[in-house]
Amino acid sequence: MANAQDHPIKKVMIICAKANLEDVYAALVMANGAVMEGIEAKVFFTFFGLDAITKKQMKRLHTATVGNPGLRMPGGLPFPTILGMLPGVEAGVSAMMKSQMEKLDIPPVDEFLELITAGGGEIYACKLAVEMFGLKKEDFSEHVKDIITIGQFYELAAGEGTQIIFV
Amino acid sequence: MAEKVYAGKTVSVTDDGYLTDPNQWTKEIAIEIAKEEGIELTDKHFAVIEYIREKTLKGEALTIRTIGKSGMVDTKGFYELFPGAPLKKASRIAGIAKPSSCV
Repeated sequence: MANAQDHPIKKVMIICAKANLEDVYAALVMANGAVMEGIEAKVFFTFFGLDAITKKQMKRLHTATVGNPGLRMPGGLPFPTILGMLPGVEAGVSAMMKSQMEKLDIPPVDEFLELITAGGGEIYACKLAVEMFGLKKEDFSEHVKDIITIGQFYELAAGEGTQIIFV
Repeated sequence: MAEKVYAGKTVSVTDDGYLTDPNQWTKEIAIEIAKEEGIELTDKHFAVIEYIREKTLKGEALTIRTIGKSGMVDTKGFYELFPGAPLKKASRIAGIAKPSSCV
């Protein structure tokens, strides 16, 4: 950590383009972690990532039970893809993950957004994706600051000590 | 580990400046550590610090979320009391170990 004092990270710009529970949480944990350390954080949700900040979808995020090689049965055996295809399995697995997270004091998405913005973090929606999905400002969580273009996002990234992270 | 003098009392601190023994803590020490963090402590600060000490000494791990829900202060207020890195600063001023929580 010799250079930690010389070149600290001052700002993180996080882009989340996916709606999987684990990807959304990766973005939120990084953003909140930055705010907790006194680092400026801005999160830009785009494409399917918009689900995480859309009022209708944010409480229903799932982890994929099909095509997810990291998923295991409770005992550690591989999770059979054919099981993941059954109705309700994905919802059940996702509910289990959410309850595990709650035990670790990881909040649900809407509360997580509140934590981040309370600490001065900012949440943005991607204009192009918003138009593509036919969404409006009122479809989004109150914690979404604005709908902006990628160009505006880069303008916000300006300055020394900024890192851009894509999830 | 090093030794430091706060309010005329010698205490042992970690390299990051956290007290190694929470029992060495006094309000006077808190005021001096807070000054190093650029914070002038008020009653509101002390209420939060006492809460943090009480919970921590009971062995409960604290997060910004639990403090925000404590009823002592909301999350926004916590950030306002200890600007920048509230959990770290408040822990240091409270004379407890550096927080190890990710949320």
